[in-house]
Amino acid sequence: MYKRVQRYKERLIEGALFLSALFSIFITGGIIAVLFFETFEFFKEVSIIAFLTDTQWTPLFAEKHFGILPLFAGTFLTTVIAITVALPIGLISAIYLSEYATDRVRTMVKPALEVLAAVPTVVYGYFALLFVTPLLQKIIPDLSGFNALSPGIVMGIMIIPIISSLSEDAMHAVPMGLREGAYALGSTRLQVATRVVVPAAFSGIAASFMLGISRAVGETMIVAIAAGQQPRLTLNPLVPIATVTAYIVQVSLGDTPTGTIEYKTIFAVGISLFVVTFGLNMVSYWFKKKFMEVYE
Amino acid sequence: MAFKVKDVNAFYGEKQALKGVSFEIPAKSVTAIIGPSGCGKSTFIRCLNRMNDLVPMFSITGEILYNGTNIYSKGIDVTELRRRIGMVFQKPNPFPKSIYENAAYGLRIQGVNKRNILDKVVEGSLRKAALWDEVKDRLNSSALALSGGQQQRLCIARAIATEPEVILFDEPCSALDPIATAKIEDQITALKQYYTVVIVTHNMQQAARVSEYTGFFMMGELVEFDITRKIFTAPSNKLTEDYITGRFG
Repeated sequence: MYKRVQRYKERLIEGALFLSALFSIFITGGIIAVLFFETFEFFKEVSIIAFLTDTQWTPLFAEKHFGILPLFAGTFLTTVIAITVALPIGLISAIYLSEYATDRVRTMVKPALEVLAAVPTVVYGYFALLFVTPLLQKIIPDLSGFNALSPGIVMGIMIIPIISSLSEDAMHAVPMGLREGAYALGSTRLQVATRVVVPAAFSGIAASFMLGISRAVGETMIVAIAAGQQPRLTLNPLVPIATVTAYIVQVSLGDTPTGTIEYKTIFAVGISLFVVTFGLNMVSYWFKKKFMEVYE
Repeated sequence: MAFKVKDVNAFYGEKQALKGVSFEIPAKSVTAIIGPSGCGKSTFIRCLNRMNDLVPMFSITGEILYNGTNIYSKGIDVTELRRRIGMVFQKPNPFPKSIYENAAYGLRIQGVNKRNILDKVVEGSLRKAALWDEVKDRLNSSALALSGGQQQRLCIARAIATEPEVILFDEPCSALDPIATAKIEDQITALKQYYTVVIVTHNMQQAARVSEYTGFFMMGELVEFDITRKIFTAPSNKLTEDYITGRFG
């Protein structure tokens, strides 16, 4: 009798655990389903070719164009700027923390760096708009008040801890024996870091790099505030642009009536963004698998 | 004499690992360091190429003269020293690179990148390490795909590629099976015509097989140092005799 109760209890718990695991999968599935459904509605009215090739994005104007290229150009531009800032600084600080810093310095600096990731992005947005842009304007007089450069740089600063922290973890996991082997052959500290530790930790570093890109592509608040919300097919970092995410914010603010074509655009744009970040995650997963070194 | 060790004391923080060690290691021969676990033999061999510098809190007093120069004096270029004194570790530690790049690493960090020179040195050192025939068709595949014994011979090839004067072996066979061990021992015997070899081992038969001189360490002190045959047949110290005959350790 007692045993049977016990068995039911076990089964009940197992079922509850299974359901909660299922729950998050359902939610994800639900989101994708909604995205697909609304996007399908959108493409009943706008041809997919126009969506992918038109060079203007003006769904909120009287003369409507639905070319997503300007939005992706904006996202691409800010992402490239952010990564140009974050990759070298993040990687160098990871090398410093892992190979040069004493334990005391590392335990102090690493959390301090991670605080950068805890700053709300809206703060970064105003930091870009009200501090970095005026500063840059002193060096580049042509810079518009809204532009891609300033939010790109600030986004890069925000991403530094993602790259430095994950890369440092990967380098820290490289066995001490490899370092000793390299030192015993007469390597300098820099040679140990660049020729042995970084290549050995390459999969982790590449994964942190891809995660940084994903974060930049998906970042919303900074670009919505400081980049200008003007879709424009350009790679000029000095003029106002709009990114994919910033456009979604603009429409979601509430002025656009539900069910209209303007409203449906955000789903089409959203699914495009989803495809891109999903692709990046797949690439990062592939990298990790392909270059992972297995140590005993 | 390759090394003259004079009254060396070594410490990890407060803990003393070597106590007043003094002896001389002859050139172009194999010297074995034996002793029970924790006797300081690994600490000692890692003093000879200053690998202990990497250990936080490590400190050392006394002198170790290599070719007449104290390697712990100021102004010694440690990277240069380590290029002349190679080392093979307890656990095979090939780099996660190709077999070729592992053997070429020492030259590459010295700025040698000419393909014909590298090719020659890689082949020469792999031959000396008796690995060439096994890997010559797959020099570009990963070194991590090799067996443990092959990895260890690759580490020997890597160490001799830069033509050091001394090679230190820190228990090089403790992670290997008997067949791989025999191969490494053949290597060590073959290497002594070119190099001064110092080998730490917990395996007394191994010391007896490969070495000409043996030092017996216990509790951080050098108990006895002599010709290997004498250590194993007629040790002058009672502790040595007890250890050799297997009464402890």
